[in-house]
Amino acid sequence: MTDKNFSDQKVLRGIPVSPGIIIGKARLVDRSRVKILYQYLISDDQLSQEVERFKHAIKTTEEQLATLKNRMPDKINKHSFIIDSCLMMLKDSMLNDSTIKKILNEKINAEWALKKSLDEIREVFSQIDDEYISNRINDVENVIEKVLRNLSGKEQESLAEINQRVIIVAHDLSPADTTELNINMVMGFITNVGGQTSHTAIMAQALEIPAVVGLQSVTDLVKDGDLLIVDGKTGRIIINPDDSAIIDYQERHLQREKYRSSIARKSHLPATTLDGHRIAIKANMEFVEEVTAVKNHGADGIGLFRTEFLYLRSKGLPSEEELYQDYREVAEFISPLELTIRTLDLGGDKFASELEISKEMNPALGLRAIRFCLKEPEIFKSQLRAILRASAHGNVQLMFPMISGLQEILDAKEILSQVKDELDSKNTNYDQNIKTGIMIEVPSAVTMAEVLARHVDFFSIGTNDLIQYALAIDRINEQVAYMYQPFHPAILRMIKHVVDSAKEAGIGVSLCGEMAGDPLCVSILLGLGIEELSLNSRAIPLIKKIIRSISIEEARMDFRNINRLNTANEVRAYIQDRMKALVPELQEKGYLDI
Amino acid sequence: MIKKLMINNNLGIHARAAAKIVELANRYKAHLYLKKDDKEVDGSNILSILTLSCPKGTEIQARIVGENSERFMKELSELFEKKFGETR
Repeated sequence: MTDKNFSDQKVLRGIPVSPGIIIGKARLVDRSRVKILYQYLISDDQLSQEVERFKHAIKTTEEQLATLKNRMPDKINKHSFIIDSCLMMLKDSMLNDSTIKKILNEKINAEWALKKSLDEIREVFSQIDDEYISNRINDVENVIEKVLRNLSGKEQESLAEINQRVIIVAHDLSPADTTELNINMVMGFITNVGGQTSHTAIMAQALEIPAVVGLQSVTDLVKDGDLLIVDGKTGRIIINPDDSAIIDYQERHLQREKYRSSIARKSHLPATTLDGHRIAIKANMEFVEEVTAVKNHGADGIGLFRTEFLYLRSKGLPSEEELYQDYREVAEFISPLELTIRTLDLGGDKFASELEISKEMNPALGLRAIRFCLKEPEIFKSQLRAILRASAHGNVQLMFPMISGLQEILDAKEILSQVKDELDSKNTNYDQNIKTGIMIEVPSAVTMAEVLARHVDFFSIGTNDLIQYALAIDRINEQVAYMYQPFHPAILRMIKHVVDSAKEAGIGVSLCGEMAGDPLCVSILLGLGIEELSLNSRAIPLIKKIIRSISIEEARMDFRNINRLNTANEVRAYIQDRMKALVPELQEKGYLDI
Repeated sequence: MIKKLMINNNLGIHARAAAKIVELANRYKAHLYLKKDDKEVDGSNILSILTLSCPKGTEIQARIVGENSERFMKELSELFEKKFGETR
């Protein structure tokens, strides 16, 4: 073949979760239980050394297992067959020969070759009906972990050592993984699994870099160092693009940047509808560094400050002082505008190894967020003290996540008042009248909204989780990602009920979550009575632009029509038509694509 | 040589039983192949044996190629008959 690049081009389509177009080199990353794994290519003259490195790790593992067996007390000696079977697995051709073959044929590092062998063994075991035997895969995984640990003889090349920016290609990324990556070197993320609201998506949006998830087998199709085009708007991935594709994408990239900067010029102005209603547009943020971007994008405050990052980043739990410094910095910077700090929302797919939360079958329904905080009051109190102390330096509000009923509010407020008493006794300064609100993201809280409204100062509707819980969709399972439907009539009715309950009680209500930043959702949300949105700061210019192009009167009329529709598809089709008519340039610029 | 063998222990060919088969196979130069339905695997590979998935009552076919295959087969048959040294 004379033109190799041309024949290699492959196009994939995934779920776009963070917009932008990038062209760059791929870097494959995976994690095992012991460490993050990277794929890298081995040059021909180094291949035999790489095989030796693998054989050496196998030998070391064998020796360790043999020592372990010898040290076993007689009483449990009859269980030593477990070690025998581990030793045999190390010699097994599915594990041993096949890994060596992969190193030699694919010219890849031992860690990655071993990981691929494990994937294959997993596949075979997953097809076994007998549950006892198919569970033996755990033994295989344990043995392979031991080998991986022993493979550290040559330290893996890490992202920190790379002097060129790369596109991270992975099966999935957990918050803990992303904290180990040198973010400055990351141009974008593409992953096999994940959906609209997975951590990869939130992370990419916060960093304002493109991401496409749910690509199923992209880690098998892409090799380390391959050239990639990632379109975070359409979800298209081009592997080894030919010249015309590269030129075409560079052109599109320039056009979108031009449009973005044209609307950004008016972003600092308020979002007022054609009929004169002012809508508050606040920002969601996670990293302290983001706060300047929040201000530059013209946010009317910070509607959601996620606080998990410090708990994932540092070794051990963060100290109250560390938390306080962070919160204070953000509060001071954004003052006099409001800063709403959400207390720890760990759990679910955000997994902290340091907190030793046990593995759960259904983490999204497990011990997380406020449940976790009420069970670990010391961790909770330390965060509350930090937030209260920061409230002396700005306009701070406090928000509890994942409230499912009144009892949790009462319990959380009881702990809050204990912390206040403590601070009072030490004469520590804080805002005595700090507003306290809750996230509405559990369906039971929606049903009880009238009752809950009498006990808090504001509601913030978290649509990402609400959609997941109400429609029974695992948000990181790409098989059901298509069912994640913000336009589902049930969701719209739930939001309406919460908004009405809040207004009835005279408390504030806002909406955070992906819906707030979706150009198609804005008019519906305004139509059902929302007057405050909190969204990723990058989307603020566009959302403000849309709000300036519509009127509340018309949005309410549209909502009455939408309320008569019975499926998500009908709602989507209706609002797509309306938005085309109201803001024609949205379609021209590709913002209304499905 | 080829022989049909019956699995009589309650647990079937689990890790421990598979380990005993591999142990035996490693003592002989001859090659052991185990076959269930249409699938034949290398009898010296523990993972391959496990993936055959043989619960109690399964009949498998053992094929031995090479030196001393008769003695090898005799020992193998005994191992199966004695339920891999298990009581049940």
